[in-house]
Amino acid sequence: MQKGGIFLNTEKKYKSVQGKQRAAGWAFLMPATILIFVMSFWPMIQAFIMSLQTGSSANLKWANPITFNYTRMWQDKLFRGAVFNTFFYLIIQVPIMLVLAILLAQLLNNKHLKFKGLFRTMIFLPCATSLVGYALIFKSLFATQGLINDVLVRLGILETNYNFLGTTGSARVVIILALLWRWTGYNMVFYLAGLQNIEYSVYEAAKIDGANGWKTFWHITVPLLRPTIIMTFIMSINGTLQLFDESVNLTKGGPANSTITMSHYIYNNSFGEGVANFGYASAMSFVVFIMVAILAFINLKVGDKRD
Amino acid sequence: MTEKKKKNSSAIQRRLIPTYIFLIIVSFISVFPIYWMITAATNQSVDVARGKIWFGTYFMQNLNNLLNFSKDVSLAHTMWNSFFYAALQTVLCLFVCSLAGFGFELYHDKAKDALFAILLLAMMVPQVATMIPLFKMISSMKLLNTAVAFILPSISTPFMIMMFRQNSRNFPVDIMEAARMDGLSEFGIYFRMYMPVMKSTYAAAAVISFMNAWNAYLWPKVVMNQTKAQTMPMLIANIAGGYTIDYGLLMLGVLFCTLPTLIIFFVLQKQFAEGITGSVK
Repeated sequence: MQKGGIFLNTEKKYKSVQGKQRAAGWAFLMPATILIFVMSFWPMIQAFIMSLQTGSSANLKWANPITFNYTRMWQDKLFRGAVFNTFFYLIIQVPIMLVLAILLAQLLNNKHLKFKGLFRTMIFLPCATSLVGYALIFKSLFATQGLINDVLVRLGILETNYNFLGTTGSARVVIILALLWRWTGYNMVFYLAGLQNIEYSVYEAAKIDGANGWKTFWHITVPLLRPTIIMTFIMSINGTLQLFDESVNLTKGGPANSTITMSHYIYNNSFGEGVANFGYASAMSFVVFIMVAILAFINLKVGDKRD
Repeated sequence: MTEKKKKNSSAIQRRLIPTYIFLIIVSFISVFPIYWMITAATNQSVDVARGKIWFGTYFMQNLNNLLNFSKDVSLAHTMWNSFFYAALQTVLCLFVCSLAGFGFELYHDKAKDALFAILLLAMMVPQVATMIPLFKMISSMKLLNTAVAFILPSISTPFMIMMFRQNSRNFPVDIMEAARMDGLSEFGIYFRMYMPVMKSTYAAAAVISFMNAWNAYLWPKVVMNQTKAQTMPMLIANIAGGYTIDYGLLMLGVLFCTLPTLIIFFVLQKQFAEGITGSVK
């Protein structure tokens, strides 16, 4: 009887200690959780509601018909152009960047290579520049009176100075070059970290089996880096779909909005000069959200497939 | 034997020549725009346009122009704004997210794991989608042009929580029990044990958080529309926004905007690299 009492007592005590711990655990993650709900999820719901409304920012009314903003988007040539531009940057830039990043990581992972640290630091350096800052550096370099023109004219490649940023095709190329410059080293760091987890003996064994550089690259490096590749892919897609700083500061979306990105166009519609088209901007931003979600989902599905 | 080894290694080096050439070209392309930005900051605009790529003597004049660029607000004030917002955001972000990472990993159960999966969905929420409702929220609270407006949406991010959670896996759970025996409270464990042990994660997270805050552009552009609340990226974007651009002045502005992150990069490169890859372990 007495024994039972003691047993019951300790169990009760044990339970209350555990309860206390559980409560503490919940308390620790509450501030972060509440902030994410209030600062991300709740605004997302509001954005959806707003996307069904029209009018100025102060007095929004339900749109008539309710899908007005969404049908308007479909007919909006500028928005379609912005979607095209964003995907153009995405499809051209992201694959080139990731392949280049893997290649550089692979080259730097060679144990016989000298000055490894120096090369890594230099290639990684562009990440230290501010996003607006590097966009302005590229704007200056590619200006009609800029260094690139100067060099090309002196080398005889161009006859007269060319307005790179004033011509749609070349302006798009400059944006892609700028993005490649800023983000290749960034992605390379992920691959370098991934490669360090691969045992060197795997490569030695491959060499003994007679595999050459390309073979080891395709059959060992790429498969082993697969999780890292998928993650960098998702991050790059996410980042490119939300491209803003470069479009605003490098080309101002021009000439004549022909290089504008989705985020830049949404900004112009909501906070641009003299415009506060919150309903329409919200509808467009909701479409961006759906695109991001679908592409992330596809990526994860593809990545999940086992060989 | 050593002779043979030497021969062998020089053969290896010879085979690496194309690799070296390629890496030198890529390194040059990576470094040159930054070098050029620094030289341009010391030259007059016409010389920059003429393609001068060496240091000049116009630095003081450019500095003078930059100091007098805005009549409403001094350069020092704008620099201070950027520093203040970034430091405040970093401290709060580290506290809130590390606390959450600690809670999610070391007190985990099914419910918390499910909640964590839900929070990760916030990674997919684009900034342009939340900016309009958040702008309305901030403006109705009369917080426009304040530090609170700047930092509020970035204090808690799924990326940071994930980073702390992943890195907490190495935290020795046994010492928690020992600490409890000694009468340490749960928060005491976080404060006295978790924080010191996780020092390197905090350092990496601090670098990333500070860099993100310093470089932020879209959100400050939305909520910090007064000149006296503006940040460095907004200032240099304004310099470039004029009809004619003074390239010497502009590049000096870019240099000021880049210098803090450049210093962090060189001093804390290891933490920086760990920070960006931090949540992938």
